[in-house]
Amino acid sequence: MPTVSMTVNGKAVKGEVEGRTLLVEFIREHLGLTGTHVGCDTSQCGACVVHVDGKAVKSCSTLAAACDGAAVTTIEGLAKDGKLHPMQESFREHHGLQCGFCTPGMIMSAVDLVKREGKKLDEDTIRHGLEGNICRCTGYQNIVKAVQAGAEKM
Amino acid sequence: MENFNYHRPSKVADAVKLMKKAKDGKYLAGGHTLVPTMKQGLATPTDIIDLSGLKNAGVKVGAKSVVIQAGTTHAAVAADKGVRKAIPGLAALAGGIGDPHVRHKGTIGGSLANNDPAADYPAACLALGATIHTNARKIPADKYFTGLFSTALKDDEIITAVEFPIPKKSGYAKFPNPASLYAMVGVYVVQDGKGAARVAVTGAGPGVFRQADMEVALSKSFKADALAGIAVKPRGLNSDIHGSAAYRAHLISVMARRALAAAK
Repeated sequence: MPTVSMTVNGKAVKGEVEGRTLLVEFIREHLGLTGTHVGCDTSQCGACVVHVDGKAVKSCSTLAAACDGAAVTTIEGLAKDGKLHPMQESFREHHGLQCGFCTPGMIMSAVDLVKREGKKLDEDTIRHGLEGNICRCTGYQNIVKAVQAGAEKM
Repeated sequence: MENFNYHRPSKVADAVKLMKKAKDGKYLAGGHTLVPTMKQGLATPTDIIDLSGLKNAGVKVGAKSVVIQAGTTHAAVAADKGVRKAIPGLAALAGGIGDPHVRHKGTIGGSLANNDPAADYPAACLALGATIHTNARKIPADKYFTGLFSTALKDDEIITAVEFPIPKKSGYAKFPNPASLYAMVGVYVVQDGKGAARVAVTGAGPGVFRQADMEVALSKSFKADALAGIAVKPRGLNSDIHGSAAYRAHLISVMARRALAAAK
C-alpha cells in the first residue's frame, strides 16, 4: 500500500492508503476532518473542493496517493485563532446558506476565486467562478452577495 | 471503485515500461474523466500509471507556433500571456473547459488522449492543424482523431506536447450543456496566414470533424455573411435527451457565426 505524506492545514500528516483511496476519503476518514463533503461523487457539485498546493480542486476525483508531498487546505484550515475567515464570516452575515451542505466547497471556491481575480468581483465573475459548485437550496442570490462582500474583506 | 496498483514514474520511458508490464494498465492525467469512470466500474484497470510525476507542464511561444507540454492544465493555458497573445481563441477555449476546479486538474494531453466526442480541445487541434507529439512520433491532427473516444495513439504511447501553428485569426464558440458544461456543439474557426479557412466541430457527432462547406465559403470571405445559404445536414449527428440531430445541425451554424464574431 502506498504511504502518503502531506501537509494538511499546516500540519504534517502521514498515512497508508490504497491506490484507490480518494483525497476526500483520506481527509474525512483517515484525518477525521469532516468539513469537506461528498455530494455528487462525480466531480460536478463541488461540495468536496479543497486547495491543493494553492489551487482549488475536487477532492472526490483526486487520488490521495497523487497528493504525496502536497500542501492541502480544507475548510477547517481557514479560521485563525478562533476567528472565522472573512469569507466564512460573510456567508454567515449574508445568510449565504440554508442546509449548509455545499457551504464548505462554496467557501473554498470563493477564496480561490479571490486569489485569482482579486478583491473587487462583479456578479458575472462570481457566478462564472462558482460554475463548479451546486447549491440546491438558496438559488445562489445570497451566496453571490456573500462572496462579493467577503472578497472585499479578504 | 476496484483497487489497483498505483505508480507515479518521473520519466516517460519508465511510464512506458510500467504500461508494458501491466496486465491492464491505464495512464492517468488530470483524472476527471478516468476516476469517475472507474468509480462506476466502467473501467477496472489493474494498474494506474499517474503521469503527474513527469512534471511536463509549460508553454513555449515561437515565431510560427505555440508548443504546449502535455501536462499543462487548462487553467495554465488560459492564463498564459504568450498563448493569449499568439492564439487568443485557444486561450479562451481553455478558459471555458468545465469549471475552475476541473481546469486546475485537467491537462491538454489528457483531454486529447481521451478524445471525448464533446471535449473542446479536439476542435482547436483539428481546426488549427496542430501536431501531436508523443514519445514515439509526431501525429498531424488530421490523422490523430479516429472516432468516438478513439485516437491514433498506441496503448503504451504517451502524448508529450502539442504544437499549434499560429494562425492569422481564430475563434471558438460553444453551446454548453448546462449540467455537464460539455459542448452540445462547439465550433472552432481558423483563418491561416494565406487566408485559407478551417472549421472544426465538436459535440455534434461521434467525434470531432471538419465542416468542409463552411471552409470553402470562409476561405473566400472570413465573415459570418459568407455562411448564408449553408444549411448543415443533420445526417450522422448525435440525437439524445439533450437535443436532436436537427437541433445540433442548427447549432453548428449558430456557433460558427459566434466563433467568427469572437475570432481574433
